Amino acid sequence: MDRLRALEAQSVYILREAYRQLEHLAMLWSIGKDSTVLLWLAKKAFFGHVPFPLVHIDTSFKLPEMIAYRDRLAREWKLTMIVGQNTAALRENRSFPAGTLDRISCCRELKTEALRNTLSGEWPRLRLDHQTGQYVKDADARPYTGVIVGVRADEEGSRSKERYFSPRTRDNDWDVGDQPPEFWNQYKTDFAPGTHVRVHPLLDWTELAIWEYIELESIPVVDLYFDRGAGQRYRSLGCYPCTQPVESTARTVSDIVRELRTGKFVNIAERAGRAQDKDGGGTLEQLRRDGYM
Amino acid sequence: MTLISTPVSLREGRGREQMNVVILGHVDHGKSTVVGRLLADTGSLPEGKLEQVRRTCQANAKPFEYAFLLDALKDEQSQGITIDTARCFFKTALRDYVIIDAPGHVEFLKNMVTGASRAEAALLVIDAKEGIQENSRRHGFMASMLGIRQLVVLVNKMDLVGWDQGVFRRVEAEYSAFLAEIAVRPEAFVPISALGGDNLASASEHLRWYPGLTVLQTIDRFEKQRPAEHQPFRMPVQAVYKFTESGDARRIVAGTVVAGSAQVGQTLVFHPSGKRTRLKSVEGFAEPARTSIGLGEATGVTLEQQVYVTPGEIACVEGEAPPEVGSFLRASVFWLGRKPLVQGKRYKLKLATAATTAFLRQVSRVVDASELSSTTTRSHVERHEVADCVFETVRPIAYDLAATQLDTGRFVIVDDYEIAGGGILLANPGEMRSLFDHSESEANAAPSARVSRGERLARLRQQPKLVVLTGPDRSSIEHIAARLERELFASGRFVYFVAPEQLRSGLEADLLAQPDVRRDEHLRRLGELARLFADAGCVLIAATESLDTAEARQLRRIAAPSEVLLVGLGDERIDEAELALSMERAEDPVAATRRIHGLLVEQRVLQDYEI
Ligand SMILES: Nc1nc2c(ncn2[C@@H]2O[C@H](COP(=O)(O)OP(=O)(O)O)[C@@H](O)[C@H]2O)c(=O)[nH]1
Repeated sequence: MDRLRALEAQSVYILREAYRQLEHLAMLWSIGKDSTVLLWLAKKAFFGHVPFPLVHIDTSFKLPEMIAYRDRLAREWKLTMIVGQNTAALRENRSFPAGTLDRISCCRELKTEALRNTLSGEWPRLRLDHQTGQYVKDADARPYTGVIVGVRADEEGSRSKERYFSPRTRDNDWDVGDQPPEFWNQYKTDFAPGTHVRVHPLLDWTELAIWEYIELESIPVVDLYFDRGAGQRYRSLGCYPCTQPVESTARTVSDIVRELRTGKFVNIAERAGRAQDKDGGGTLEQLRRDGYM
Repeated sequence: MTLISTPVSLREGRGREQMNVVILGHVDHGKSTVVGRLLADTGSLPEGKLEQVRRTCQANAKPFEYAFLLDALKDEQSQGITIDTARCFFKTALRDYVIIDAPGHVEFLKNMVTGASRAEAALLVIDAKEGIQENSRRHGFMASMLGIRQLVVLVNKMDLVGWDQGVFRRVEAEYSAFLAEIAVRPEAFVPISALGGDNLASASEHLRWYPGLTVLQTIDRFEKQRPAEHQPFRMPVQAVYKFTESGDARRIVAGTVVAGSAQVGQTLVFHPSGKRTRLKSVEGFAEPARTSIGLGEATGVTLEQQVYVTPGEIACVEGEAPPEVGSFLRASVFWLGRKPLVQGKRYKLKLATAATTAFLRQVSRVVDASELSSTTTRSHVERHEVADCVFETVRPIAYDLAATQLDTGRFVIVDDYEIAGGGILLANPGEMRSLFDHSESEANAAPSARVSRGERLARLRQQPKLVVLTGPDRSSIEHIAARLERELFASGRFVYFVAPEQLRSGLEADLLAQPDVRRDEHLRRLGELARLFADAGCVLIAATESLDTAEARQLRRIAAPSEVLLVGLGDERIDEAELALSMERAEDPVAATRRIHGLLVEQRVLQDYEI
């Protein structure tokens, strides 16, 4: 079995284990390539179905193509699509683009806080009504106790310490030093009341493997990843005020795979285009402890 | 906005082969230096990095250490390139390597286990001057228990012992003897000086007496996981899916193939239930139609007959060697839990996709993993010890012996929500006296002063019994159970209906967080409850959703000597032979109650019956 199929099989196993063991499961979908691969893997695991809701945190500053793509795929694939937002902060103009917050605080407000409260059900969740095509308030406000997230160990330091099944306390705390052992495809699936779990089926994937798999499986991805004529493309997607495209003429998935293989980016981190990562050391790990991904 | 869908362009040799290697050893024996040197000598470091760290050391008047280099790389989150906190990456002409760093301190054994379990091979570093230390042995032992088949021992700091072959041979002899005791044969012993790079990437002038390969050459000799295609087929069932609400009528048995292969048309046997039927089709999403499934695939199949298969069972091919099936398992266990592994405590045992309640029954030998000294007189296992033990599960499970099939030949033990130990299956000890066999305690617990069974029977004019109503419609069976209780009570009987809700909020409250053993535990506790109520002379009524045949037998076993009378309301999962009475799912409650009542009279559970 080749490497991509082995990675695929492992992720499918983890997804099925999560679905079987965890109540009130949801999957985070950032619209980026990783979580879109994760969504595809869920369809693999459940034979074309996605038997849990997808949660997207909308900062309102996402590149517009991302939102259009999200809704289109949600309709085509009949996804249970949930959107959460920190509407209070936006209404009160608390954000980096509004000039009232620095980048990291903006992430904390519009992503971390929104995520925490959407997962717990304390803030309203909007669900796509497939009949009308509109987002309506979701009646189900039960907390999600299991959350599937598409992080990879090769992204940056703190993520390599992750487990496939990673317990969090009610406050989203992550005790990096004292994590449960994980071996022989057996994961921590028993939880004291009040805790919840993050599930990471993509932990062993690399950026290159993700693109190779997108190519192999013809997975539709948002075209922001490709050069559309300006000699630039996005390597990592986020909010437009904080995300810069990279110089690249890759127009297709095969171009990207070739570009990554030949090492054009070998000494440039994938998230180098993300400005918030640069505001001080160790911030990302701190943000992660707070629940940001 | 256009959706891009890329064409498939399948190429040969997609991606390079990748191998995970864990580096082990006692603290300060030189793991970081070996890793740093390997990165440097394979050109895997960012340009100028090595010189920069050397200069910093010089400026601070401290000696250069490769450990500083690794730290510097870690700090710098420019990342994912050479190193991150637990892993380093380098390449040889042959393939890509991921070096997993396993903490050398014993407190981190669970991290070491986690890291090492992801590795396909191990490098174990021993300081030539200091010799074999506690964690040299412990790590070697753990690596072998975790199933890492390829191990190379690096005898480091040869410069400190004057490149003396005698020292090397002594370490080699002593450590080989240790490994032999745990039945491990290392691939090689390599004398090195990591600091000087001797025998790492290239042969050393100082070590001309050593005829073998360098470390890099040895690593390139490691084999990827040995293919297991010719072994008997094993697919632990992970789930049975039916997405009817999305208009999908398929009933798919999903799982990952851990050994062998199976073809459409072959007969599958599911263990422990023994159910069998033919493999009808292979299912998948966005993949070409197929007629066979093979090693490593996370797949799904449909079956010719609608046999009732439960997650946790192991699918095998008829005619091939079957797995062991039983309630007793003999295993070699390593314990990581803060609290010791003890007898009399309820644990959860997870083996492949199965989970069940298990008890430690016997400790035959406890081994200190760092000394190999053993004790045989203990009945518990402490943290970081390894022991030969026997476990009993509340219901029979299917398993293989680790020597023949690793993936279905090992298990983990969960203690208080945490994975606290791992076990390698050594043998099926056959039947022993079960913890759930109460005949002895029953006999002892009846001193003559107590009220005897006969006396109670004479007073109550009834035979104690557990009457279980089972069926797919929970509210209907509970409704009938309540009616039955009311009717018997009205006629003066000593009767009690233990409602599921009452159990959930009390006796079974702790099971909410453990969905995968909830069922086993429900049956065990109900059985134990029935035994006590029977002793008190009561007719106990219970309502349990959709019992299957195996569960019915499990309940009878635990409830004994109390007898269990089963009433089915439209249950397909259970053999008719198990049922004292079988009715339709939608049977009218009044009629159903009357029939059960009639049966109890007929079977003389209720005596001197008068209306
Ligand atoms: N003389 C000598 N010292 C070494 C050699 N390898 C490592 N050391 C030293 O041994 C000490 C511990 O090494 P380190 O790699 O940090 O050990 P770790 O704790 O196993 O990672 C450091 O001071 C190293 O410089 C060697 O081959 N020769």
